[in-house]
Amino acid sequence: MKAYINGIGAVSPQNTLGKEHFLDDVTAVEERYLQILKPDYKTYIDPKVLRRMSKIVRMSIVAARTALDEAGIAKPDAIITGTGMGCQADTEKFLNAVLDNDEALLNPTAFIQSTHNTMGAQIALMQANNHYNLTFVNRGFSFESALLDGLMLLNEGEVLNLLLGGIDEITDESWLISTKNDMYKVEPLNNLNLLNDRQTGGLSGEGANFFVLSNQKGIDTYTRISGIETFYKPKNSGIIQEKISNFLKKHELDLKDIDLVILGYNGNPLLDTVYSEIENRLFIYQPTAYFKHLSGEYDTAVSFAVWLAAKIIKTGIVPEVVQKRKYTGRAPKNVLIFNHVRNIYHSLILLQQA
Amino acid sequence: MEELIQKLKVQIIEQLNLEDMEPDDIDETDPLFGNGLGLDSIDALELIVLLEKEYGIKIENPKDGQKIFYSIKSMAEFIKSHQK
Amino acid sequence: MSSPIVVTGIGIISSIGNNLKETTHALLHIQSGIKPVSILNTRHAADFVLGEVKKTQEELNQLAIADHTKPWTRTALLGLIAAREAMQDARLDLSDVYKTGIVSASTVGGMDRSELFYKDFIGEAQHKEFIDTHHAGDHTEKIAETLGINDYLTTISTACSSSLNSIMFGTRLLKNGVLDQVLVGGSDALSKFTLNGFNTLMILDKEHCRPFDESRRGLNLGEGAAYLVLEREEEAIKQGKQIYAYLSGYANANDAFHQTASSEEGDGPYLAMKLAIEKVGLNPEDIDYINVHGTGTDNNDLTEGIAMKRLFGDKLPPFSSTKAFTGHTLGAAGVIESVFSIIALQEQKLLPNINFKNVIPEINLIPVTQVKDAKLRHVLTNSFGFGGNDSSVVFSSHEATAS
Repeated sequence: MKAYINGIGAVSPQNTLGKEHFLDDVTAVEERYLQILKPDYKTYIDPKVLRRMSKIVRMSIVAARTALDEAGIAKPDAIITGTGMGCQADTEKFLNAVLDNDEALLNPTAFIQSTHNTMGAQIALMQANNHYNLTFVNRGFSFESALLDGLMLLNEGEVLNLLLGGIDEITDESWLISTKNDMYKVEPLNNLNLLNDRQTGGLSGEGANFFVLSNQKGIDTYTRISGIETFYKPKNSGIIQEKISNFLKKHELDLKDIDLVILGYNGNPLLDTVYSEIENRLFIYQPTAYFKHLSGEYDTAVSFAVWLAAKIIKTGIVPEVVQKRKYTGRAPKNVLIFNHVRNIYHSLILLQQA
Repeated sequence: MEELIQKLKVQIIEQLNLEDMEPDDIDETDPLFGNGLGLDSIDALELIVLLEKEYGIKIENPKDGQKIFYSIKSMAEFIKSHQK
Repeated sequence: MSSPIVVTGIGIISSIGNNLKETTHALLHIQSGIKPVSILNTRHAADFVLGEVKKTQEELNQLAIADHTKPWTRTALLGLIAAREAMQDARLDLSDVYKTGIVSASTVGGMDRSELFYKDFIGEAQHKEFIDTHHAGDHTEKIAETLGINDYLTTISTACSSSLNSIMFGTRLLKNGVLDQVLVGGSDALSKFTLNGFNTLMILDKEHCRPFDESRRGLNLGEGAAYLVLEREEEAIKQGKQIYAYLSGYANANDAFHQTASSEEGDGPYLAMKLAIEKVGLNPEDIDYINVHGTGTDNNDLTEGIAMKRLFGDKLPPFSSTKAFTGHTLGAAGVIESVFSIIALQEQKLLPNINFKNVIPEINLIPVTQVKDAKLRHVLTNSFGFGGNDSSVVFSSHEATAS
């Protein structure tokens, strides 16, 4: 199973929307969490429709539009989204109203828009798109499941192209709650200094990263997605190494064929060791990169890594800001992403020059 | 009546998040739904909550909304005739 | 990988029964589970009737044989009860020989606990073990860990059509060779969040719901969970397993009309039904029974009726909504009604649309109102949701499909 990425659109804490920049104008902030750079929504969305939409819906529509425009597709054959926590803002709004007003005098809009499929449904609505439409919601597996679904649809010959997105939004309240479980850092930090921060937890973030996948190479194809695999709560590093080796074998690749490994370091000293063990024991000689100092950590942050890998393969440039180990080799042809969320949800994604 | 109409305009703009609108942009006889202001069935439910919250008037059947919410004027008339 | 996909195990819990046997009995003896509220703690308890599973958290915990050291939501407990029944029913072999996964579905996931402790989460972080049970996939993970399902897990949420989509996705995981056996289904517990949410939409009937009746005023909410075990036919036969039904056709479409309302011509429902039937290579007249979505709201029943007339013309097969038995179980509705459709196939009986009296004049359609013997080969089940997410699945009898 494989697919070509023929268009991408990312709304992130970085300037990732336009084609003219590729992380040469990185945003550095001193904050507790990373928020998206707000696009000019009114240039993308009719104000009449915009008025009801929360941030997560808005950024999804912008990212989706950008990806579709790049691929030159108005109405994809399928729309598949993954979101770990879905519409946090509207869920909080309605839940707080239910609790604060003792179940009386409640407004319907937040409830209607609290469902996880709101983004996929709104995109379909704006395109009058009657095709296949699905939303996956299993925290750190959400985007990966959506990607697998997309690859299967293409493999089955059910569709010629499709829109795939990974989306999560942050709110003050959801961030605060997550810090209570030591998921995220509490004190402000400079995001570019992420790997030196000693606070427990990762740097929280958000984003909407969309892709047009196709069974055909286009004129502007970025890359090919050749494989995806997920594994849940691996018991130790040995098992992870075995999973990675088997994954590469399945795709008829050796360790030395991998030009770049993108790792999901999120600044949590307790759990980043999962990556460093793999980096130091398995990928001893490979150049490595990281990205969560740019995107922040969220359940579907791996979709930002796919954006990054696609750009790297297409441009042949590995921006200095993402290099963990110095990159010196040829323009990368084979890129492997290894990501985990809280050492629970692990995934491998293989991208290869088309 | 005039005062109530002005107040309703402000409340509707706020409740329905009509960000780009000023009270003077809305003519009190313009249809709120369809070709007028372009509101839909979800807005109608929001207006039902607004009536109960701000004016203490409860509408049990959402179908009754169609007539009541035809325009700001019809809404104001309904409020006037139902307020205790 | 072209072997047909078969159902080899069933598990179900809802307001009409704690397992398949009780559920079948209630359906065939017309015993509705919609009752006055006695479990959900809400100020609207006296205002509405609900399809509650009449068990407290403690009682569910016992029935589920859940690990007491972990935080369990009601959604996860209901899910575990149904999933374990399905797994045992299929005598699932969890050794390394087979790749086994679970695809579940839910709309509000762990909301039943979150809404009790939410203010503590924000404040003193009491009950913080329930922070992580909030997300929609928590129940899936709890089930997988308890039952030892290791190779794949994920969760789908497309509002009220969620679990019909998990059945579809699981089927495709088998067809694409990703898995050898898969537990598919969904779970949703009642919560103040959903009760109040649907109340703001003014589509809750205070009386018993009356799907497809002229006097219908809205839906009754319910709760429950159900799971099917799906395998490839050749493997099921090799292992000498019972085959309940063949999962022969499926389709997912989007109405793309409005966030909550269906299009006037029922485009999404029409497409979902049409494509599901075509997927099997059947014609509409081959369908012997439809378990419709039929929530009992003004809008759904009218547009679903219009879509059925568009597709089937004057050859509409017998149909019924079973929501007046269980209430609308949201994320679990698709799989619960799939189980009902399989029961209909197994028993060769049409299931009744209770509380129906008078036709909706605009569509003039009369549903099945009594349990009736019938020759059933192919049955269609529908699930539609907010956001226009519409899905349909065709289940076929052994003799109609066996290869």
